[in-house]
Amino acid sequence: MGIRFILMVNKQGQTRLAQYYEWLTLEERRALEGEIVRKCLARNEQQCSFVEHRNYKIVYRRYASLFFLVGVDNDENELAILEFIHLLVETMDRHFGNVCELDIMFHLEKAHFMLEEMVMNGCIVETSKANILTPEMVMNGCIVETSNANILTPVQLLEKTS
Amino acid sequence: MDFISYGLKAFFSTRPYGWDMIRAIRSCKTAAEERAVVRKECAAIRAAISENDQDYRHRNLAKLMFIHMLGYPTHFGQMECLKLIASSGFPEKRIGYLGLMLLLDERQEVLMLVTNSLKQDLNHSNQYIIGLALCALGNICSAEMARDLAPEVERLLQFRDPNIRKKAALCSIRIIKKVPDLAENFINPAASLLREKHHGVLITGVQLCTDLCKVSSEALEYFREKCTEGLVKTLKDMANSPYAPEYDIAGITDPFLHIRLLKILRILGQGDADASDCMNDILAQVATKIESNKNAGNAILYECVGTIMSIEDNGGLRVLAINILGRFLSNRDNNIRYVALNMLMKAIMVDAQAVQRHRATILECVKDSDASIRKKALDLVYVLVNESNVKPLTKELIEYLEASDQEFKGVLTAKICSLVEKFSPEKIWYIDQMLKVLSEAGNFVKDEVWHALIVVISNASDLHGYSVRALYRAFQTSTEQETLVRVAVWCIGEYGDMLVNNVGMLDIEEPITVTESDAVDALEVSIKRHNSDLTTKAMALIALLKLSSRFPSCSERIKDIILQNKRSFVLELQQRSIEFNCILQKHQNIRSALVERMPVLDEATFSGRRAGSLPTSVSTSTGTARNLPNGIAKPAAAPVADLLDLSSDDAPAPSSSGGDFLQDLLGVDLSSASAPPGTSQPPKAGTDVLLDLLSIGTSPPAQSSSSASNILSSIQDDKASLANLNGLASLTSLSPNATSASPAPMMDLLDGFGPSPQKKEENGPAYPSLVAYESSTLRMTFNISKQPGNPQTTLIQAIFTNLSPNVYNDFLFQAAVPKFLQLHLDPASSNTLPASGNGSITQSMKVTNSQHGKKSLVMRIRIAYKINNKDVLEEGQVSNFPRDL
Repeated sequence: MGIRFILMVNKQGQTRLAQYYEWLTLEERRALEGEIVRKCLARNEQQCSFVEHRNYKIVYRRYASLFFLVGVDNDENELAILEFIHLLVETMDRHFGNVCELDIMFHLEKAHFMLEEMVMNGCIVETSKANILTPEMVMNGCIVETSNANILTPVQLLEKTS
Repeated sequence: MDFISYGLKAFFSTRPYGWDMIRAIRSCKTAAEERAVVRKECAAIRAAISENDQDYRHRNLAKLMFIHMLGYPTHFGQMECLKLIASSGFPEKRIGYLGLMLLLDERQEVLMLVTNSLKQDLNHSNQYIIGLALCALGNICSAEMARDLAPEVERLLQFRDPNIRKKAALCSIRIIKKVPDLAENFINPAASLLREKHHGVLITGVQLCTDLCKVSSEALEYFREKCTEGLVKTLKDMANSPYAPEYDIAGITDPFLHIRLLKILRILGQGDADASDCMNDILAQVATKIESNKNAGNAILYECVGTIMSIEDNGGLRVLAINILGRFLSNRDNNIRYVALNMLMKAIMVDAQAVQRHRATILECVKDSDASIRKKALDLVYVLVNESNVKPLTKELIEYLEASDQEFKGVLTAKICSLVEKFSPEKIWYIDQMLKVLSEAGNFVKDEVWHALIVVISNASDLHGYSVRALYRAFQTSTEQETLVRVAVWCIGEYGDMLVNNVGMLDIEEPITVTESDAVDALEVSIKRHNSDLTTKAMALIALLKLSSRFPSCSERIKDIILQNKRSFVLELQQRSIEFNCILQKHQNIRSALVERMPVLDEATFSGRRAGSLPTSVSTSTGTARNLPNGIAKPAAAPVADLLDLSSDDAPAPSSSGGDFLQDLLGVDLSSASAPPGTSQPPKAGTDVLLDLLSIGTSPPAQSSSSASNILSSIQDDKASLANLNGLASLTSLSPNATSASPAPMMDLLDGFGPSPQKKEENGPAYPSLVAYESSTLRMTFNISKQPGNPQTTLIQAIFTNLSPNVYNDFLFQAAVPKFLQLHLDPASSNTLPASGNGSITQSMKVTNSQHGKKSLVMRIRIAYKINNKDVLEEGQVSNFPRDL
């Protein structure tokens, strides 16, 4: 397992999305979020994007008012994680169109679905934005991959499953 | 974006789930308001759940996820997840599985109920539903689920759609981590994934192979032999591939896959020359060709350097790698510098010389404004230091100590002190450096560090004068550093005469004129300084007492200062003040003997104590040396002063608290005294000989004129059972119950001072033997005995019996005890345990309980052995000791 958790936090330090790949209790999560948000948000733009915390590292990056914080094991490639955060933001941008904090708040489950396509059990699954968004497209009825006979239109899909 | 314009954006699509709730939460001004909103929502959701409302079930679950993210309990929604998963529609299933992953964990029993649904969905005809099930399984599966569902996942590794294969691959990782036995089933399918073209399948396939290598050496061998060439070729193709828009990042095709491939090559190449050879070319190509002007390129270079450093040696590649790190280190981007430092840490194991070349740059990084970089650089400097460069590096670090910010000072100070101790070429240099650190950041210095400094000063007899003068000088300039004040106070007390008379002047020293009253001034300042803590003040009082006999001209003034503390609210200071005053007034004849200079502190004892006080006190055979009571070996003619000194050089034996050598030595056991007077307990028996002795001196006036030997006898009169003290005073006369043969007579001596009369048990009570640990393969029995007259110490004979039909080799028993216990393990009778109970191993140990009567024994054990060269480890806790041990 490389990635331990992914957090999205706004400038005020409020959590907007939290996905953990190792089980923590409610109290542990609250404490952890508080600690690392305090640590990371206090840093300025020039400082590096890596903070050591307990026995792992946090790689973070800021986009407008939103901070993306990723907790990773110590032997993980920090620069690659930065690149991954960027990929995540680009993917969300492609879906929401200029993604903002409210998009994530009001479409928390969609943000999770996207994340689910990118990371599983702490490992990266997919790096192509088109592939990541396919299930979401299917749900919204704008199917792109007509060449793939296995993909059903939503109507078919619902018919078939019900 | 503000709320109104966001409303417009949302207006054109459907209203998201939980729109009203989220809006309400957002408008909350306080945490209390938020809680109220959440409570209301939760109540509504619970009501909907109990009505079994199907239409709103997935909306409610979406709301619950939001509430869960905010950090409120949502356990009541768990069953709803299961219901949604069991329903037939894709949207319901999807949100149900998401809820499952967010709200449940693998330890909950509810999870077992989902196994069946998962199994059905893994066999579903719709690939998206299979995808959902795989994803959920990959994130939360438990060991039982792994066993149940492994065949399905194995089959899906060959599914026609690559998007399913990639998820199945990651799911397999979870399964083999939960149940490593299943690994061999996955080796072949995993190898075939490596031949795919789809990036998602490749990246997950490579990850699966990497994890297989970690859990099974068999898999590692297999992949090393069969797949190294293939992986090298894949990497080559990737590096040379034409522009691929979907995977391109900054002109590089899929850097994530690059990195995964480099990671697995690292594992395959480590410790295998042939495999390493095979990948040399491609590593060289990646290291030279990748552009380093973008983050993605740097990420790959960084990984590549890591791989080059880990695989078998190839001189040319190593040079290339170190050069890349050098370039990184001089980069302006802090991220790049951080990873460079990180990697240099690993490189130093491989090629220390090459890293030393970058020493100057690294040292600059210690002074960086960025805390993360500073810390990394400091860690690196710490491992870079050796005997030849310790002086310049320490100089730099100490100079920086002045400029560094407060929170960094702690870490920096600890590192400097450790370096100075480890590498100091001569004592004077050590003392100098420690003095600088103390004056600059004394408040950050740990207790054992300044204790060590005092021990070193005490041992360097030619430097006593130099040290006390240097400390005096430093004390004049920085009185704010607590530990500096303490060391200075101690040295002035001990070597005050050398300070005044400039004894042992070194050539490098500037002459200094200090009068006797100047020295007393310094001590007075440190007592009266409002921020001095209790320890410092108490130490200053002792120092004053010592000076009173060395500086007869100041003795009246010293008496005044000591008397001022008579009304101190702090019990400890008040008591000292009164006792010391008594010595000054009534015991002129023995005073000079009482306050003689401390004998040289034993360095070996101190370092032994220090090592022994480490948190995990797994005792080894090193304990023997420091348990030797050297008091008994002292010449019989020892005067009372020597008796006092027992508290110093014999400190290790009496205080089994394992903590502070010097605290004992100075008689500053302040643990009880620092409590508010009303609640303070009587001082622990045996912790402070000095105080006890002195307080006896102040009791009935009949004894006030007594000579040294009278004090001794009065102690005997007051508190019986001090046979050992007798033995100390004159080794020839041993009283009937003398236990001079016992391993820790010092214990007895000190116990004698205890308030409760000691029970004498000639043979020690008998205890039944107990089965301390038993598993299906091994039994450990303890035979417990006590030595007469030594209730704190328990002798335990452990007997190990093998209950299995296999012979155990390399048998090793380890035990750990909490801090209030001290454990000494003797060597075992053998390290081979014959099969089926045909023989046993015995091993004796000795446990000393410093809280005897209050706490009972407890022990954590670990037993390691080999069966047919396979390591076996058993662990357990022994808590069934008889209560009164």
